Amino acid sequence: MRQCTFILERRRVKQLTHDTWELVLMALNSQDAAAVNAPGQFVNIALPGKFLRRPISVCDWGKYHLTLLVKEAGEGTKELVRLPPETELDVLAGLGNGFDFAPETMGPAPVLVGGGIGIAPLYGLAKRMLENGQSPRAVLGFRSKADSFYLEEFTALGLPLTVATEDGSLGTKGFVTDVLKELPDCYVLACGPTPMLKAVHGLPNVTGGQFSFEARMACGFGACVGCTIQMADGPKRVCKDGPVFRKEEILW
Amino acid sequence: MVDLSVSLAGVTLKNPIIPASGTFGYGREFAEIYDLNILGSFSWKGTTRDPRPGNSQPRIAETAAGMLNAVGLQNPGMEAVLREEVPNIAKLFRGPVIANVCGFSLEEYAENCARLNDAEQVRILEVNISCPNVHAGGKNFGSDPQSAAAVTRAVRAAAKKPVFMKLSPNVTDIAEIAKACEAEGADGLCLINTLLGMRIDLNTRRPLLANRTGGLSGPAVFPVAVRMVWDVYEAVGEKIPIIGCGGVSSAEDAAEMMLAGASAVEVGAASLRDPWACKKIIEDLPAVCERLGVSKISELTGGAHHGA
Repeated sequence: MRQCTFILERRRVKQLTHDTWELVLMALNSQDAAAVNAPGQFVNIALPGKFLRRPISVCDWGKYHLTLLVKEAGEGTKELVRLPPETELDVLAGLGNGFDFAPETMGPAPVLVGGGIGIAPLYGLAKRMLENGQSPRAVLGFRSKADSFYLEEFTALGLPLTVATEDGSLGTKGFVTDVLKELPDCYVLACGPTPMLKAVHGLPNVTGGQFSFEARMACGFGACVGCTIQMADGPKRVCKDGPVFRKEEILW
Repeated sequence: MVDLSVSLAGVTLKNPIIPASGTFGYGREFAEIYDLNILGSFSWKGTTRDPRPGNSQPRIAETAAGMLNAVGLQNPGMEAVLREEVPNIAKLFRGPVIANVCGFSLEEYAENCARLNDAEQVRILEVNISCPNVHAGGKNFGSDPQSAAAVTRAVRAAAKKPVFMKLSPNVTDIAEIAKACEAEGADGLCLINTLLGMRIDLNTRRPLLANRTGGLSGPAVFPVAVRMVWDVYEAVGEKIPIIGCGGVSSAEDAAEMMLAGASAVEVGAASLRDPWACKKIIEDLPAVCERLGVSKISELTGGAHHGA
């Protein structure tokens, strides 16, 4: 974990859907952006006038920037996406374990499974797997076409992409599980709402995988145990022991 | 050169800053963030006899200038703490440690304190009496003078170390509880624990926390804590030391808490927003003392009661 200062550049704030935004945070030095060291990690952002920081998954990062996808879920996130131009942000970066995408962990056919704002860390994960010479495919789910985002960016990475929408306005009608259940046995790397994670976890052809959880947090670095959930071998902190957990250890 | 050292019932701390129980685990996480040896002491996570998984999610909610938590005394239990955490703490920190101890019966409190008698680095027991008494319909031990006195008596008989009772602010007259604890031999007091609160989600129309209620902490509670430390100092301040706790976020806050009557100061929620909060407070203390014209920080204790 590192305490970093990032500048939120107004011209790089992009509204993706009615409630989802892309933010690009610029680092003042390369060590700050380098504090992120695995896809699936998150940052915890201090906001003016709010006591608790807001934990946000890292979508992508480079030498001097972080890209975050933020869904307006409450007061804090609503404020974050509307901060004045060139706001300096106090950010704790490099939090959480992130996905383990070593080829020997996953076998030959890894599938990235995302729902809604949960697709954010899968973008950075897909990018790094492709750079690594791995061949993941992605199955992304949204409520409707109007709620979908980042599909061009995923497509530009050059991986097989299947989209599902609940109302059928884009891609397959239904949930990501409707797409997944037609695939041969696979290892998944999943992030999305808990009911989606649970449904994916329960599919008979999902033979293994990693699932990224979200929780309300106070500290984000393991001290307050506010985000603890029960796992097969005892209580685990989503922030420090996770947010990514292996299929075998998850209890629902 | 300002002397930052303070004394708590015969235990010397090199400065008055103590990370508060429940915000610091058993030191492991913060040891990755800064050298724990800068601290006066730290108060470890409230520990019960048996391991406790804690409450369901969500356990945390934002409030104006603070937060609610309903962690539910999650801890690995006394045996695991003695086996795994105590030896590890010795590697991370050379100073005196405060052991926060909880219980659901008088017997459990006494047993937990007695088991720490041989833990050398534990120099003070901080007895959390905000736990529900399972033998008395779940009413908190800290909610009336008789129950608080009964816990004090039980732990005082079992413990070989100074016993500080950690008082709940969710009472009508905290000074009465303080007097009852002092009369039963408490070596000191720590106050305040969190204030009971609730948030309701407008969308679901249900309490935000799975436990419904939670403990309020952070800057919002600071003036309440200062007032209660003041009241308790008036009641027992000449007899036993007080550790002031509640919403302290700066060296100025720490000095204010000491002027109200605290001999040392715990810092809790501030470290959750800013993990380096205690380090910054300790670094800022000498300048604050100089501004206040004291060469020994311990001269601040109770200062507000004697001024013109």
